[in-house]
Amino acid sequence: MLRFIPLLPFLGFLINASFGRRLPKALSGGVACLLMFGAFLVSAAAVWSLSGMPAAERGMVDHVGTWFESGTLSVPITLRLDPLAAVMILVVSGIGFLIHVYSTAYMHEERDSEYARYFSYLNLFAAFMLVLVLGANFPVMFVGWEGVGLCSYLLIGFWFTKRSASDAGKKAFIVNRIGDFGFLLGMFLVWVQFGTLDFQGVAHLAGQVPPEAGFGVISIATLLLFLGATGKSAQIPLHVWLPDAMEGPTPVSALIHAATMVTAGVYMIGRNAVLFGHAPETMAIVAGIGVATALLAGTIGLVQNDIKRVLAYSTVSQLGLMFVAMGVGAFAAGIFHLYTHAFFKALLFLGSGAVIHALAGEQDIRKMGGLRRDLPITYWTFLIGALAIAGVPLLSGFFSKDEILFRAYAGGHILIWGIAAVTSLLTAIYMFRLVFLTFHGERAVAGGGAGHDVGHRAAHQSGGHAIAGPGGGGHDAPKAMAIPLVLLAIGSIVAGYVGVPAAVGGSNRIEHFLAPSFAVPGIEAAAEHAAEPAAGEGAITSGRVHDERALELGLMGLSSGIAVAGIGIAVFFFVRNRAAADRLAGSLPRVHRLLLNKYYVDEVYHATIVEPIRRFSERGLWTMVDVGVIDGAVNGTGMVVTGWSAMLRRLQTGSMRAYALSIFVGVVLILGYYVWR
Amino acid sequence: MVPLEHYLTLSAILFATGTMGVFLRRNVITVLLSIEVMLNAVNVAFIAFGRALGSADGQVIMFFVVTVAAAEAAVGLAIVIALFRHRETLNPDVFTSLKW
Repeated sequence: MLRFIPLLPFLGFLINASFGRRLPKALSGGVACLLMFGAFLVSAAAVWSLSGMPAAERGMVDHVGTWFESGTLSVPITLRLDPLAAVMILVVSGIGFLIHVYSTAYMHEERDSEYARYFSYLNLFAAFMLVLVLGANFPVMFVGWEGVGLCSYLLIGFWFTKRSASDAGKKAFIVNRIGDFGFLLGMFLVWVQFGTLDFQGVAHLAGQVPPEAGFGVISIATLLLFLGATGKSAQIPLHVWLPDAMEGPTPVSALIHAATMVTAGVYMIGRNAVLFGHAPETMAIVAGIGVATALLAGTIGLVQNDIKRVLAYSTVSQLGLMFVAMGVGAFAAGIFHLYTHAFFKALLFLGSGAVIHALAGEQDIRKMGGLRRDLPITYWTFLIGALAIAGVPLLSGFFSKDEILFRAYAGGHILIWGIAAVTSLLTAIYMFRLVFLTFHGERAVAGGGAGHDVGHRAAHQSGGHAIAGPGGGGHDAPKAMAIPLVLLAIGSIVAGYVGVPAAVGGSNRIEHFLAPSFAVPGIEAAAEHAAEPAAGEGAITSGRVHDERALELGLMGLSSGIAVAGIGIAVFFFVRNRAAADRLAGSLPRVHRLLLNKYYVDEVYHATIVEPIRRFSERGLWTMVDVGVIDGAVNGTGMVVTGWSAMLRRLQTGSMRAYALSIFVGVVLILGYYVWR
Repeated sequence: MVPLEHYLTLSAILFATGTMGVFLRRNVITVLLSIEVMLNAVNVAFIAFGRALGSADGQVIMFFVVTVAAAEAAVGLAIVIALFRHRETLNPDVFTSLKW
């Protein structure tokens, strides 16, 4: 049954890729949405039957066939559903379906063939993502891993006639390839070390050895795998592609570059939780990179002026937080945040898409303002998303983010906890800066300015839609866009309630549900978790429970305070006293410029990597190797032949007598040789 | 009985004469005639060897050569006529357009 989950969207891809050109929009979009919904139904049914099994043996396997065999290496095409994969397929197919529906309206101005191309890519992405999630061994996961990278490239460069879009697509692909290289090497090392590529097999074998003390094979293997994760999940040092990826259509940003694909790195670490757990050195690096990325991206997000770029840096920052959770060993908390983040970040992106749609392609928040009245649905749903991501109590982001912060603190990583808390403050500030600048106040500049979503904008204008005039804010989201927004807003509110921590009377069901996926298969999951101070309520003394509870409640209060403080700061700077923000920026010109230019990372990469490679290719490979050696060899051969021919052709005199003479001389010479020898 | 060497000497003389004709004469028809002389020099040698060895093979080959020579003469003379109609000359040194 599991094979149908990726196969349904793949069927949609085949239909739209083969006949989409000739289908009307309603049909090509309808087919894509319907098959996506089918995938969601199959996923839901599979997860339903999974949750009916006893907790310790939850798992479904679909053995599709053997991919290749060579010596002792045998790679089967196997799909496996376990609690971790269950959460992921529901997110991918569920949110994926909503974004498909949203896209039918958002992309409506495209031509029929472009529309079908868009949906074929989107369906192909969903199929690969589901393969990635369901794959039971490294090679099958890698198929999905590369496949989503391909679809990401295709969709970022969807408006490929625009130079910046095709450049962004290439950048994303190349940066991802660096990570994929690490992933491949890590996979080889795992094979060499354990002799198997099956996730459960690796976990089983890794579970039999004690965690590595120093920096051994497992540490190197996991570090290489983590390099793959930094590429896919946009962490330092490979984070540069994600903000540029915003060149793609906004629903793509929501689905691929916020909710699903970029979380693949987090998922991969969760999938190999036992392996990573046996490499403490790697775990420390994961947490360090995660927290550094979170802080760096959060500070950049404060000053960016493109609505989608702010959200992109927010995504990078939240992914960093997920890696912090992975790095401190709180795998369930990381996946929990992945799951809640998928809701509110998809919501925020779709909301920003609705704003861009209404403003005919305008993306600069300095030119927005006062849209609250014109776009009520967008405003309220966006606000809910912003509240959720800021970590306001009782919304989903609060529970998951708080879980990560608590685990970091409880695990003794005080510094990481501190930086993560600062990041939370930054998150609240930049999200509400976005809300206030976009929806509150008055419109700063009338009409659509220098639009970024150019493909969309041009189509929009020719489509004869009402373009936002002075004082007006265009039209609110049409139904196909409003319904996904509302559903995601509801999700952003309630999604967190599967993981209400014990400290406030919940039972943290998602953690118990996920626990078997992070443990060595066969060993009782609860037994391992009892050893951790935070999870096993039953095994520890009541006094410690009390301390834990007090600590967790205290931290919870603190992070609620942080969220409120962040919103308060945003209110002060962007509602009450806008001049103060400019004054602050003016008083710290260097810092402001540093942040505005994203710490000059792109420039540094350009100077240290791109430019030397380009120069080497131009001067070394092009002018020396290609022109000198290769062209030289080819032209040289021709010149040698020409030169000899110029001499030898003189023999062809055309004189009959000369030919007769040469024949005669030849015969005499040959006969003479035989006679006189 | 005439010894074999005499026939071969005659053949060699005829062949040399023909060869010199091919190289030295400035008329295509004469060149063709010289080639005939060379062919018949060979025929003399074949028949002399055949007789000396008591075999009919030499005479058989001679007939082939005569046949081919007749055909060659027919084609050759036709070409000579065609050449003369075009160039109004029979000097072989003039016909050098088939060079590099």
